[in-house]
Amino acid sequence: MKLYKFLSRPSTILLLVVTVIAVFSFVSCSDGADEGALESAGLSADASAIAEARGLTPDDVAAALKTYTPSGVHDEYIMFASGGHGGQVYVIGMPSMRIIKQIAVFTPEPWQGYGYGAEGTMAVLEQGDVEGTDIRWGDTHHPALSETAGDYDGQFLFINDKANGRVAVIDLKDFETKQLVKNPIALGDHGGTFATPDTDWVIEGGQYGAPLGWEYASINDYQQDYRGMITFWKFDRDAGRIDVDSSFAIELPPYWQDLCDAGKLASDGWIFCNSFNTEMATGGVEDGNPPFEAGASQNDMDYLHIFDKNKAIEVAAAGKTIDVQGFPVIPLDTAVAEGILYFAPEPKSPHGVDVTPDGNFLTVSGKLDPHVSIYSFEKIQEAIAAGNFTYDNYGVPILAFDDVVEAQIEVGLGPLHTQYDDKGYAYTSLFLEPAVARWTLGGDFSDLHEEEDWTLVTKTPVQYNVGHIAAAEGDTVSPDGRYLVSMNKWAIDRFANVGPLLPQNFQLLDINDPGTNMPVIYDLPIPDGEPHYAQIIKADKLSPWEVYPEIGWNPHTNSVDPNAVQLGEERVERNGNEVEVWMTAVRSHFTPEHVNIKKGDHVVWHITNVERAYDATHGFSIPYYNINLSIEPGEAVTFEFDATEDGVFSYYCTEFCSALHLEMTGYMLIEP
Amino acid sequence: MSVFKRFVGPRIPEGLSTTDRRRFVIPIALFVVAAGLLIVSIFLPYWEMTLLAPQYPKGLHLTAYANRLTGDIFEIDGLNHYIGMRPLDEAAQFEKSVSVIGIVALVMLLLAAVYVHTKWVVLLVLPAILMPLVFLVDLQWWLWKFGTDLDPAAPLSSAIKPFVPSVLGRGVIAQFETVATPGIGLWLAILASILIIVGLYYHRKAYKPLADMAA
Repeated sequence: MKLYKFLSRPSTILLLVVTVIAVFSFVSCSDGADEGALESAGLSADASAIAEARGLTPDDVAAALKTYTPSGVHDEYIMFASGGHGGQVYVIGMPSMRIIKQIAVFTPEPWQGYGYGAEGTMAVLEQGDVEGTDIRWGDTHHPALSETAGDYDGQFLFINDKANGRVAVIDLKDFETKQLVKNPIALGDHGGTFATPDTDWVIEGGQYGAPLGWEYASINDYQQDYRGMITFWKFDRDAGRIDVDSSFAIELPPYWQDLCDAGKLASDGWIFCNSFNTEMATGGVEDGNPPFEAGASQNDMDYLHIFDKNKAIEVAAAGKTIDVQGFPVIPLDTAVAEGILYFAPEPKSPHGVDVTPDGNFLTVSGKLDPHVSIYSFEKIQEAIAAGNFTYDNYGVPILAFDDVVEAQIEVGLGPLHTQYDDKGYAYTSLFLEPAVARWTLGGDFSDLHEEEDWTLVTKTPVQYNVGHIAAAEGDTVSPDGRYLVSMNKWAIDRFANVGPLLPQNFQLLDINDPGTNMPVIYDLPIPDGEPHYAQIIKADKLSPWEVYPEIGWNPHTNSVDPNAVQLGEERVERNGNEVEVWMTAVRSHFTPEHVNIKKGDHVVWHITNVERAYDATHGFSIPYYNINLSIEPGEAVTFEFDATEDGVFSYYCTEFCSALHLEMTGYMLIEP
Repeated sequence: MSVFKRFVGPRIPEGLSTTDRRRFVIPIALFVVAAGLLIVSIFLPYWEMTLLAPQYPKGLHLTAYANRLTGDIFEIDGLNHYIGMRPLDEAAQFEKSVSVIGIVALVMLLLAAVYVHTKWVVLLVLPAILMPLVFLVDLQWWLWKFGTDLDPAAPLSSAIKPFVPSVLGRGVIAQFETVATPGIGLWLAILASILIIVGLYYHRKAYKPLADMAA
């Protein structure tokens, strides 16, 4: 009664309401109360003193300011660079030029547990074996990001191995290699990989002429028995794999096909490849013949190969192919008769052919000619329609040079590769000078720049011997400009002397300002194989997983593995002399911690990392048996071995996963 | 007069219910709205805890609903095993299992209170008024229980002494800073308590004269 009265008295009610609100307001606000006011830190007064002490010029300071990226700040662009004959791919942030990752592709790599027992990775590497021979390295050359409507879509990356004629598929959901495809008709390649604008096809061009299908033929029968090739790999985007059964190749004359590019927009549906050694030199310097370097450099003109891709697909689909090693190949005479293949003369031993962003022009760099030659796609189409051909020895129609060339620009010595920006400029690497040249485009690009069309604007020296260059999205339908990386094959004096084998040197150029200003602003040493091409994508186009989507994920099937192990389901089962282990890994223990085996057993071992935390990767290694795994959060891995040696083997986690990482171990006890 | 009639009190005279409509509608409306808020609160978080540590730039989050615990439980349990804390799922199992029925019961009592026109109405609505407080006290009890009942064989048992996390506000445990705040569901329950208390005032204003008259 009293409570009722008390509670229903107006003054009490007011007091109660105010108290309740006050108490909870205090509690809920207290967590934000001590947050300090944001202070904007002014540039330190000592900054110029630091610059002076370190001997930095104002340009150096500007370069530092353009590239320095504070801890925790992410780069705006991501570069995927070939690691050359290291066989891998480098992932580099720009403009900081920090190496973020190496992706194991053709070469086993222990950090990623690539090729040291994990079944999925072993199977990928085995796909790259050549006629039963393990090939455990590669010469990665030209990465190609998957494209949608001619623009990078950030889903997949392809790269070729020049040495053994293979193509790799990397899934950018987890940055792991999912497939290697061995070219069935050629041992080596070069002009790969290039994706068509919607990534329906991945192009792999050949290089050194050889009998198709890895056969023997005497070098004396070079012109008759040796051949070049181009392969069209069908890409199944849903499966995330190349569909070998829907792919085909075209037989080519035994010129040495070099780089290729896929047409886009105006030239969509066409493929272009360079060639050199149209002399068909066969070398033999030891017999008094001209060496290849001379013999292959005699002609003033080689042949730009022009392919009608859609016609090639039709002809292949119609079965007008021959079978080489079980692979359909459109014979050279069929390619000519069906109007798939045309040549245009190109000076001289050229290296790069690069289609402009609108698809209207192709830039060819004759590496032994100081010019870049720009071809008009429209003029090529008119010349094909006009039919005013000459023919090479194999009957391939040759267009007249003057009919198809739009412009020639003297850019300097040793021009190799060309990239584009968003301001109407093209950039060409000059190997011999060495420098990067900027020149103006004509046509629809004319309004974007101040200078005259098709003229050299400026050159920036680079250190040293630049091969490929890569500009931000510089080979797409919408380049970003901003940054360009010069991939230099020699470093000489750029870094501390580390003995006779020197790193490669990636130099970052700021190409944001139009006109003559494009300074080098960073040098990044790459301690791996000689770099070739790279592609640079806006970082926000990539959306990789932070952890695998579900516990027990098999990255090679993109689904939960049937042998995934959940917490509490760990077990060891013996069936005859086969022992099967289902293990979990979580900070900081494996379950089980004892695995008893008898010498002579066959062991099948499944481990699932049941972690869901970002970066909670566990390693797993067993001594002697050459097992080393990387098991990322959620991942399920299986490996097998024969217990051929008895003893006590401690397995342990190779990633420093937690404070009790050293305790994350166990004993595999193999009884004699 | 039967006990029941003495409990529910006098009915509103015919005339008054039309002439003095507002006087009787206000307490009813306040109780009904409070009941509605309690029902809605079942679907909203009652309590949230964020754990901050350098290794977790986005923090780890724990959200308590009336009947369940969600968030980074797997990760928090994984960390807790180092100090020997029991899995979070084992906490407040009874409370979680009866909470929805309990809240529905509070709501039924509130709705029943609409028909009680005496001071005894306080008995029906008091559980609802006290509910937020009971929730917090119970939660603090479980935090005490979990923080002090640590497995002495755990890896870090010698480094971390038993501790009592604060039910609201900030705390520190090893490299983790914990921030506990009321959830929107709890705020709704508190608002319901306030509405009920205000409702009691109008209830008294509406029915006291009737009771006095009857006496």
